[in-house]
Amino acid sequence: MNPLYLDNNATTAVAPEVRDEMLPYLTDHYGNPSSMHTFGGQLASKVREARVKTAALIGADPEEIVFTSCGTESDNTAIMSALEIYPHKRHIITTRVEHPAVYNFCKHLGRKGYRVTYLPVDSRGRLSMDAFAKALDDDPAVVSIMYANNETGVIFPIEEIGTLLRERGVLFHTDAVQAVGKLPIDTKTLPVDMLSLSGHKLHAPKGVGALYIRKGTRFHPYIVGGHQEHGRRAGTENVASIIGLGKACELAARHLDDERTSVSRLRDKLEKALLEKCPDPRINGDTEHRLPNTTNISFEYVEGEAILLRLDEYGICASSGSACTSGSLEPSHVLRAMGVPFTAVHGSIRFSLSRYTTDGEIDRVIEVLPPVIDELRSLSPYGRERLAAEKLSQCTSSPT
Amino acid sequence: MWEYTKKVRDFFLHPKNVGEIENPDAVGEVGSITCGDALKLTLKIDKETGKIADAKFQTFGCASAIASSSALTELIKGKTLEEAMKLSNKDIADFLGGLPEEKMHCSVMGREALEAAIAGYRGETHVPESGERVVCKCFDVTEEKLRRVIIENHLTTVEEVTNYTKAGGGCGACIPDIEAVLRDIWSLKPVAEMPREPKKLTNLQKIALIQDVIEKEIRPQLQADGGDIELIDIAGDKVIVALRAMCVSCPMGGVTLKGIEEKLRELVSEDLVVEEQ
Repeated sequence: MNPLYLDNNATTAVAPEVRDEMLPYLTDHYGNPSSMHTFGGQLASKVREARVKTAALIGADPEEIVFTSCGTESDNTAIMSALEIYPHKRHIITTRVEHPAVYNFCKHLGRKGYRVTYLPVDSRGRLSMDAFAKALDDDPAVVSIMYANNETGVIFPIEEIGTLLRERGVLFHTDAVQAVGKLPIDTKTLPVDMLSLSGHKLHAPKGVGALYIRKGTRFHPYIVGGHQEHGRRAGTENVASIIGLGKACELAARHLDDERTSVSRLRDKLEKALLEKCPDPRINGDTEHRLPNTTNISFEYVEGEAILLRLDEYGICASSGSACTSGSLEPSHVLRAMGVPFTAVHGSIRFSLSRYTTDGEIDRVIEVLPPVIDELRSLSPYGRERLAAEKLSQCTSSPT
Repeated sequence: MWEYTKKVRDFFLHPKNVGEIENPDAVGEVGSITCGDALKLTLKIDKETGKIADAKFQTFGCASAIASSSALTELIKGKTLEEAMKLSNKDIADFLGGLPEEKMHCSVMGREALEAAIAGYRGETHVPESGERVVCKCFDVTEEKLRRVIIENHLTTVEEVTNYTKAGGGCGACIPDIEAVLRDIWSLKPVAEMPREPKKLTNLQKIALIQDVIEKEIRPQLQADGGDIELIDIAGDKVIVALRAMCVSCPMGGVTLKGIEEKLRELVSEDLVVEEQ
């Protein structure tokens, strides 16, 4: 049974065109692009070509692109660079709903003595601009705010934030891993200094990413060694994957309209049907400013891992913010930061589509999921009436 | 994705004894929706035989929680209350062919629901006193529960305690308290109160228990006779010791070593062999 894959915010299938483009560079053309001989030198031109394509997707110049190993490395590099450049500034501003690549890295830096402001979000996952403006008073070394949230798909007002930061001369990094390839992004007009993207979120392979660094932005490398990437990221290039990323970016640019049309139509069809067929559903996140491929729905009184495993029996792959899906005992820090009640947060399911998702697949989920929810609810001791009677007390822990 | 055994998956996908018994003789409810899992166990008890005639469950939780609850009901049906009370969380996990370490708290929840149901039936319902110390506020775990689970399952690390009780798995503020409880149990408790039949100890658990038995049970006896002992090393089941003080020149050294070995075999593991350095 082929998996019905609706977990594309976790990772995506490598596009066949990307795979075909990469294959010769995994077999015959295995040279080192830094070598002086022809065998290596011919690869340098392919890497250049990939850089042009990657840059084009976000309206950047090729020299503004630094290839990295992944989105996490891009995020860590951007933040560390800012801290190296401004050693006297010990303050970082980020949000409570960042991807662990930023969130946990900031927590790590917090333990190293940096002061980190984690900006709150409202119940729809939207950033509090008042809190943001207030936090700015304490002259941060860098502000790192995601472009779009990986769990809910909520899009942040990056342009508005960037404009404010530019007025104050504050370095601005955005983790755009979930947005690149799904939303039109033009760094020519977008006021960001650094922007992270990841290959495997847009049908390139895992293990390759890029960091956009605006021309003129002071920069300090995170990985130091050889002269690769003009000394901005040492280490022999992951040539085949970089070529794959370039091809994936070219394809993504070509399919950007599909995201707004066919992908979002399927997402909306799925969401609408589930809202109609399942009692007590709840959409998590702002549905107005949201990625076209993502929906995060909670089914109250049932637990997310149980839903996922039942779906898995039908070959349907999705994701959950429930605690039980990970080694952690705490449910999604994103949903908790939004104040999603525990009755719902444990039963959250994220469906993330791609341009390969079909109508038939969505129909299948619509057919399978409602009875799964009904069945699990029949197992549960909880229900709307009982919880109302118990006046559920909130757990005292909260993500920080 | 967790690696569940075939039996866990089967008991999750096709749970047995789902529901609520009408007019039950005993009800056990544990957990809460805030903490991610909860179990309601209802029992029908045959008054004449004292046996559990029927058991049903309702569970809010993950696959292991549902499978553990279902396994519990299968294990206790037909047993007398006394027999059922002997059931440990490990028995539930073993019945399922094992649970991931991080999910052992699901089996503990089953055991707790059973205890609560039987206690209620016997009119022994425990009402928590306001002064009862809650160690983990995130998951509402009392010191009493921590101690019981630690001793019953021979837990020696905070990570294990978290896996079995969830305590320490939230904000982490209680981790020093959990460490203190662990130190208290394994360092200060008289050996007599330790579990007499530890099963399948991890290496760390075994080492901790050997050290404890030597310090609390063996050394004081030798010292009373002017002798002493030093633990040199533990390699697998081999315990290497050095006899000190009067024991060094004692012609009965061989007998002493045999006695040490017997004591360690009795209190730690029957496979242990004691050798002198």
